[in-house]
Amino acid sequence: MSTVLETPSDRLLAAVRQLLTDKGVVTREEIAERIRTTDGASPAQGARMVARAWVDPAYRARMLADGAKAADELGIPMRGMPPLGVLEDTAGEHNVVVCTLCSCYPRAVLGYPPFWFKSAAYRARAVRDPRGLLLEFGTALPAWVKLRVVDSTADYRWMVLPLRPAGTEGWSEERLAAIVREGDMIGVTFPKLP
Amino acid sequence: MSALLPAGTSVRVRDDWPETRGPCHIRTPHYLRGAHGVVEKHLGSFPNPEDLAFARPAAVLNLYHVRFSPQAIWPDAQGDVLVVELYETWLEAA
Amino acid sequence: MSTQTPVPDPSTLPEARPRAMHDMGGVSKFMCDAVDVEPHALDEFDREVDAIRGLLGAKKVMSVDELRRGIEAIPEGDYLRLSYYQRWIRSITDNMLAKGVFTEAELHAALEDTK
Repeated sequence: MSTVLETPSDRLLAAVRQLLTDKGVVTREEIAERIRTTDGASPAQGARMVARAWVDPAYRARMLADGAKAADELGIPMRGMPPLGVLEDTAGEHNVVVCTLCSCYPRAVLGYPPFWFKSAAYRARAVRDPRGLLLEFGTALPAWVKLRVVDSTADYRWMVLPLRPAGTEGWSEERLAAIVREGDMIGVTFPKLP
Repeated sequence: MSALLPAGTSVRVRDDWPETRGPCHIRTPHYLRGAHGVVEKHLGSFPNPEDLAFARPAAVLNLYHVRFSPQAIWPDAQGDVLVVELYETWLEAA
Repeated sequence: MSTQTPVPDPSTLPEARPRAMHDMGGVSKFMCDAVDVEPHALDEFDREVDAIRGLLGAKKVMSVDELRRGIEAIPEGDYLRLSYYQRWIRSITDNMLAKGVFTEAELHAALEDTK
């Protein structure tokens, strides 16, 4: 509908909100509550899973077998969420996640997807030039580490379980979780010591 | 649903282009059509998004993680392994 | 992009086949685009569109598959021009019209109210 394409977006949203609430499809309270709930999800949740996996090999195994169950174990709300796949980095292989078709992202454990993840540049380059792409994030992957790119095309959502950095021996889970960032769980960066 | 494909099965992605036949919603990336890959894992079974996208009754299909060589797709590719979720209806024995 | 291998002629690549424009993996015209790695905070518009989509999904009014299809139907020029959530609100609107949740006349009237 050409009107839809031409109309400024904020007016379109106002009209759609009005119509949906008038017709009892949604209420303003539900919209506000939904925003609050979604805002509550953040990379800190995924970071807790990573930190736990770093210190607890049994949790790591459970996380790799069923990511959603492992998230649920830590109190991260997963009811109604898509299956969560966890990609384990090793010394010889590093994972990177992309959704070339749209922007599928493990929102339940990482929150809203970052702007760059949704961009044409990221979606196009990740599958064909992941090494060059990682350089944009300041990540220079050694030539001998295999780069495994996972294109998220279907029902699963994917997060990376990165390698634990050296120099963190004896750290508490909380301290470990604090160094795991959003990009580390998508694979564009590696966790760094502060 | 068809019989499960074991990990290690060689497959070919159908070189089909529903985009040429009218409105559709396809979750098989263009760059994989006709490509050869290896099944890594059965991920479960899910309703066909090609039908869900039009609110049509959707068959439940097996979903697989399939591994490809990016250099076989783009000669200048810089990655090593490319793994993509694919529904069984797009996979042929190879 | 690496200069170790000559850049192949795009007409020899999969992208030359009848690809839908949103199907962007490896597409040559984007390969030299820099990635904007800055964090861009979501604004109120973004959050509300996201929430409405989530509610429509939870209430089984419109699935995420229908949302995606609606986005994919946006003409390429508009698709690239519009921001992420601007595409979403258009897809949501198109889907609501197609499903008869509201009519074009009702939409026109509601848009008049927003002026």
